[in-house]
Amino acid sequence: MIETKGLRKSFRSRQGRETKTVEAVRGVDLFVGEGEIFGFLGPNGAGKTTTLRMLATLIEPDGGEATIAGADLRRNPGEVRRRIGYVAQGGSTWDEVSAREELVLHARMYGIGKAEAQRRAVRALEAFQLTEFADRKCKTYSGGQRRRVDIALGIIHDPKVVFLDEPTTGLDPQSRAHMWDEIRRLRSEGVTVFVTTHYLEEADALCDRLAIMDYGEIVAEGTPDELKRDVAGDVVTVGLNGSTPEAAQLLDSEGYVNKLETVEGGLRLYVDQGSIAIPQILRKIDGAGLHLGTIELHRPSLDDVFLEKTGRSLRES
Amino acid sequence: MKLLRDTWLIFQRQMLLVLRNPVWVVIGILQPLYFLLLFGPLLKDALQAPTAADAYRFFVPGLLVMLAMFGSMFVGFGLIAELRAGVIERSRVTPVSRLALMLGRSLRDVATLVVQALLITVLAIPFGLTVRVGDVLLAYLLLGLIGVMLSAASNALALKLRSEDALAPLMNGVAQPLLLLSGILLPLSGWVATVADFNPFSWAVNASRALFAGNPGDSSVWQALLIIGGLTALTLFWSARSFARSVR
Ligand SMILES: Nc1ncnc2c1ncn2[C@@H]1O[C@H](COP(=O)(O)OP(=O)(O)O)[C@@H](O)[C@H]1O
Ligand SMILES: [Mg+2]
Repeated sequence: MIETKGLRKSFRSRQGRETKTVEAVRGVDLFVGEGEIFGFLGPNGAGKTTTLRMLATLIEPDGGEATIAGADLRRNPGEVRRRIGYVAQGGSTWDEVSAREELVLHARMYGIGKAEAQRRAVRALEAFQLTEFADRKCKTYSGGQRRRVDIALGIIHDPKVVFLDEPTTGLDPQSRAHMWDEIRRLRSEGVTVFVTTHYLEEADALCDRLAIMDYGEIVAEGTPDELKRDVAGDVVTVGLNGSTPEAAQLLDSEGYVNKLETVEGGLRLYVDQGSIAIPQILRKIDGAGLHLGTIELHRPSLDDVFLEKTGRSLRES
Repeated sequence: MKLLRDTWLIFQRQMLLVLRNPVWVVIGILQPLYFLLLFGPLLKDALQAPTAADAYRFFVPGLLVMLAMFGSMFVGFGLIAELRAGVIERSRVTPVSRLALMLGRSLRDVATLVVQALLITVLAIPFGLTVRVGDVLLAYLLLGLIGVMLSAASNALALKLRSEDALAPLMNGVAQPLLLLSGILLPLSGWVATVADFNPFSWAVNASRALFAGNPGDSSVWQALLIIGGLTALTLFWSARSFARSVR
């Protein structure tokens, strides 16, 4: 649904007398399949917004190519505009008008007739549970409500692809969960969703596949599980009452154990998939008549992935 | 015809906003109204005009040009607010005509300007202002051109500067000399008059006065229409290009 090759963009900014060049995006290759939620995870300043703005025809790339929903970004930006929706990071509604007025206007800017635009607005208001305050001015909405209006605007013309730039930033946990539901509903309706975020949990829970971006480059790409598995695999910590050396000997020869460390009160085992390894470990220890105290599974987080790829923790950057 | 449709769409939306919050329209006519009521009475003596009506016939046409200038020069601030709210970016991802985004807004400024000008004209009648309908329509055409020119210029500058802090001093710095060198408040003479010949709005004031004096055939009228018309075309071209290009 989206394919990019070597997408680049740098900005010149003046600071006093000096002109500095910021390479915001330096060669992004992407493939996003139809009907998936694709995530862009990265710290602030990584180049997520810049990439999205290029794909949404808002800024011209310095180099590279992209095809979006079958339309060529450089040769046919008009067609790209018709086929995509874009929801900016900073919002897009005007204080003094209502959600309904915004939706009708926005639909009409896509060339949709007045009556049809009004019908679509009604449908969108219902779908996003905005009907109750559809005719109140936008400035009276809560952050979450206003964000839902933004998304409703982005899909009012039934685009095949929608770009959501940090749709949950600044929302409270409840509104965030609500927004995730909305995004999943879009996927169930066949819309391809391209979403950016700097929240690890969000990327993990929401995205079918994701790319991790840092300093304008993609450093890793895959499903959340693949990414985590590639980094370290799972860690199983076994607590043993006394019989640690015997257990170590027993488990060291098992094929699924990649690495084994003795720690205080037990063993730490590095395995590919904890869910498969744990029953085998249990059986082995039980079978030898050793006494097992505790067993604990630690799965690597996306932060471990980020740390491995960039040498920094995303939580801190 | 997409351009016309889109322009109408943007115009409707902008008028809705104006009508919902007409305080700026009111503030826009307050200044000329103050001049009409508080400055006007001094004019008969200051100008040594034979009657008060003569003084008003001289003063009101200039006042209308001032209204057109000041009503349109500062519309860029509204655009900066829209940029900040993300409304412009939201428009830009749709296939809506870029030219319409500008024209719809300029049309809004012309519409409010005509209403304000009508109000001032009507209010000046009790003071002795007399004018033929044909002449006043021609004068309004001139005012409309000024409105479109300055609103387009203000919007183009707003797109370039993107900050009220940069736009405000620039606009004020330009507005004051343009006003003083236009002969709106007092008749110009000496070297100031020579400098004022380079001010297109001084030509507009002369033409407006000729029209309100009932001389549509006066050479100042076609000269001003030509000068202002040409400048309006140039500014429109420039502004349309900024709207199409300024993609940030
Ligand atoms: N219009 C611009 N002018 C100058 N620099 C910019 C502009 N837009 C973005 N940048 C710079 O490009 C880099 C990437 O920014 P951005 O794409 O907004 O990152 P993200 O969305 O991942 O936080 C940052 O260093 C930012 O300062
Ligand atoms: Mg961003």
